[in-house]
Amino acid sequence: MPFFTPGDDPGSNFPELLRRVGLGPQDAALASAAAAGGRLDVPHATTCVALRYTDGVVMAGDRRATSGNLISHRTMEKVVQADRHSGVAIAGAAGPAVEMIKLFALQLEHYEKVEGQALSLEGKANQLSMMVRGNLPAAMQGMVVVPLFAGYDLLRRTGRLWSFDVTGGRYEEFDHAATGSGSLHAGTVVKVGFRDGMSRDEAIDLACRSLWEAADADSATGGPDALRGIYPVVATITADGWQRLDDADLAARYQTIAQMAREQMGEVRSR
Amino acid sequence: MSMPFYVAPEQVMKDRADYARKGIARGRALVAVRYDDGIALVAENPSNTLRKISEIYDRIAFAGVGKYNEFDQLRVAGVRAADLKGFQYSRDDVDARSLANQYAQILGQIFTHEMKPMEVEILVAEVGAHGADDQLFHILYDGTVMDERQYSVLGGDAEAINGRLAEVDAASLTLAGAVRAATKALSGPDRSLAADDLEVAVLSRSNGRRCFRRLTDDEVAGHLQS
Repeated sequence: MPFFTPGDDPGSNFPELLRRVGLGPQDAALASAAAAGGRLDVPHATTCVALRYTDGVVMAGDRRATSGNLISHRTMEKVVQADRHSGVAIAGAAGPAVEMIKLFALQLEHYEKVEGQALSLEGKANQLSMMVRGNLPAAMQGMVVVPLFAGYDLLRRTGRLWSFDVTGGRYEEFDHAATGSGSLHAGTVVKVGFRDGMSRDEAIDLACRSLWEAADADSATGGPDALRGIYPVVATITADGWQRLDDADLAARYQTIAQMAREQMGEVRSR
Repeated sequence: MSMPFYVAPEQVMKDRADYARKGIARGRALVAVRYDDGIALVAENPSNTLRKISEIYDRIAFAGVGKYNEFDQLRVAGVRAADLKGFQYSRDDVDARSLANQYAQILGQIFTHEMKPMEVEILVAEVGAHGADDQLFHILYDGTVMDERQYSVLGGDAEAINGRLAEVDAASLTLAGAVRAATKALSGPDRSLAADDLEVAVLSRSNGRRCFRRLTDDEVAGHLQS
């Protein structure tokens, strides 16, 4: 059981506690290994979006991880609950990204338990930004991790979202954000379709549509896989907390989107 | 050259134990009672911010009585040990028995080696997947560990409270019943405790991954009235 004297106490900082007991992150080792052997060909994760609506935020991410031009995993979960009122979406090198999210979620819970109250939403975003910055040496070797962070701000009573860059730069976005290889397409769809004060259904449909278009144009983004029953991870975060949509709901929404796409193409062909 | 007086080791231990017991007896008591859906922890604590009961891990809660700074230090150490173990291995590997043993080691070490023993009594409670797996570890100032079944009483006046709780049929308590029984046992026949004199939390099997939940004063008042 770790015991510290006052003044030498790591407080509510879990990563610091890990370092103190010799379990610190191995970023440096990973970076030097990558430097020695050139670029590592590790699985990469892609395309996540987040947007604000009346009651909070919607986050969505596809399920595909790729290694070069191969699909390495079909059911990866890139949109993950961080705590009751926030979530993270990741794009980039899958290994470090999953480890980062795990550590981030643990840090939020650790802080809440040690301090007796949860961090503010802004505090959580800041914490994630420091973790991304800590990954910079590995990022320079190709192990880039670029997350999105979104949540419901209990103090301001609104949904908020942040995008990040490789150096840990933290940018609050007003309405929507996208990250990953398909983010150009997904982001554009969201940008064009976004209105202020959208309902939950409208926001979810827009997020689903944006991933559909990204999967259509970007080979590293996975579309809905009706054959295997694999659908993107879509979740809403409101004052009542995190809620992930079930696959039956998503299957119905994607059927509607597919029908719309079919009708569009029919028009094109009959011309 | 001056010679220190010889003091028999029995006397040293007795003095320390008396000192710790006196400190603990000054504080107000705390009760943990098992009910159909988990474990209810009820403390007499007028403060709304300085907690005696808190969360350690998904299924584990901590409760302490005695000197606040000392049991709070133990609480934080427990959160750290649990989070580290969960990070290193898996969430399923974090258990109350191992935590209770670590607490016992620390308290025993401090009792025999430090100038002053810790004036605390703590409880490590774990709610199992089924009622039969619930665990209550009651740890004393000198590192003595007791594994208790239906209920546990910590702090001053424990004997009388134990006696009052022994009369309760603990086999089929609901949450409201458990809170009422615990409050009655804490208050005794001569006084009554209201919701804002109490700190109440539960480890509930139906609360998702994190079983720990604090009850608001309104909820407690509702249970006391029902």
